[in-house]
Amino acid sequence: MSGNMNLTLKVWKQKNKNEKGRFETIEAKGISPDMSFLEMFDVVNEKLINDGKEPIAFDHDCREGICGMCSMYINGRPHGPKQGVTTCQLHMRSFKDGDTIVVEPWRSAAFPVIKDLAVDRSSFDRIMAAGGFISVNTGNVKDANNILIPKDDADTAFAAAACIGCGACVAACKNSSAMLFVSAKVSQLALLPQGQVEKQDRVLNMVKQMDEEGFGNCTNTGACEAECPKEISLENIARMNREYMSASFTQNK
Amino acid sequence: MSKKGFLNSSIGKKLVMGLTGLFLISFLIVHVSINACIFIPDNGETFNAAAHFMATNPVIRIMEIGLFAGLLLHIYQALILTLENKKARPVAYAQINGAANSSWYSRSMGVLGSLLLLFLVVHLAHFWVDTKVAVFSGTADQHNTYNEMLEVFSHWWVVAIYLVGVISLLYHLLHGFQSAFQTLGINHKKYTPIIKKTGIWFSIIVCLLFAAMPVLMFVRSM
Repeated sequence: MSGNMNLTLKVWKQKNKNEKGRFETIEAKGISPDMSFLEMFDVVNEKLINDGKEPIAFDHDCREGICGMCSMYINGRPHGPKQGVTTCQLHMRSFKDGDTIVVEPWRSAAFPVIKDLAVDRSSFDRIMAAGGFISVNTGNVKDANNILIPKDDADTAFAAAACIGCGACVAACKNSSAMLFVSAKVSQLALLPQGQVEKQDRVLNMVKQMDEEGFGNCTNTGACEAECPKEISLENIARMNREYMSASFTQNK
Repeated sequence: MSKKGFLNSSIGKKLVMGLTGLFLISFLIVHVSINACIFIPDNGETFNAAAHFMATNPVIRIMEIGLFAGLLLHIYQALILTLENKKARPVAYAQINGAANSSWYSRSMGVLGSLLLLFLVVHLAHFWVDTKVAVFSGTADQHNTYNEMLEVFSHWWVVAIYLVGVISLLYHLLHGFQSAFQTLGINHKKYTPIIKKTGIWFSIIVCLLFAAMPVLMFVRSM
């Protein structure tokens, strides 16, 4: 077909968590510029399967930019060259015919490789389980809007809640720090009345869990904010720092 | 949570870096102001008087101990953090496009800091050691720091080393100044742009003044 592209992929292949990985060069032929990056991988995998070879393992789910499953560190950037998109929202028209594309998994001690490009992000789940929730008693459903919330707070909380937990912040950070993720989760609840009751325990427990998972430390380079597909702001990290300091020094435990 | 727990947390360690960094920045203001006395064309009279005060005043001497403690803490914490951050990514990326998401100097604070430390060793050997010897041997009154500067900066290569030191300082400050405020939790729609602009101008002005000093002394020594 005319207009289709031929590309060379340098893809990370790794059997499992313990085995050492390596790059494999794979040709991707007849790729439509209208395909998403993941659809390009589907085409490549179909060919690999037809040739009797093992397909490349990669994470994906909703394919509409809201689930946070797709990862892939493409040409030195998480989710590839475009800003504010996930890998499923990245299209092949962002590349040129004949390009060589390097695809790596998220690399972090806290995100061990499961296979090839799929990594285990359950460290994020454990951080959420440590405090990323509000406790609600069962009973009758409350009337909507019986607690008034200032519009600015609602908007800021909503912007923080846009985080899909994909881990691009960790992948982009030169220190593998998870501060943008954790701060978004701390912020979305700390800004709202329902979350404020438990805000001190929440921030202390979530940061403790983050440190235990082996993420690195933040040096304020701002790479996370620039690479976040949901454009979560660095403001959240500052808010988490404030919440953590005030909780540490005022909680009498 | 105990205080020990706080200082061992990722946020506690950041805070130590930020606070010691701001403390060292406050020292730079004093240092550059005192040294700016060499710009007065009086053969170093004002400067020598200021330098003599700084070398002998007991309050300043006690503060000097605090300064070294702050510097060592900043270096120690930076080493701990760097080692932890290296451990957090055991397998390196084959390709990194860092320029797409952050400034090179924000990613090179460790290298810039190490250059500064090397420079500091040379700098202390040039001026601080001699001053200390003079103070402890009771000859501080005759010690002419201005003439010492003329002597040290009469070699072009010494001037070159100092300029490299000042450039490292410039980029270290360009990231460090505003980064310290973010660490303290100050990120505000109105004030953060002011802090960032202040940081840039502060870094440029302080470093230009520092850079002018060895150059001026080199010219005067000719």
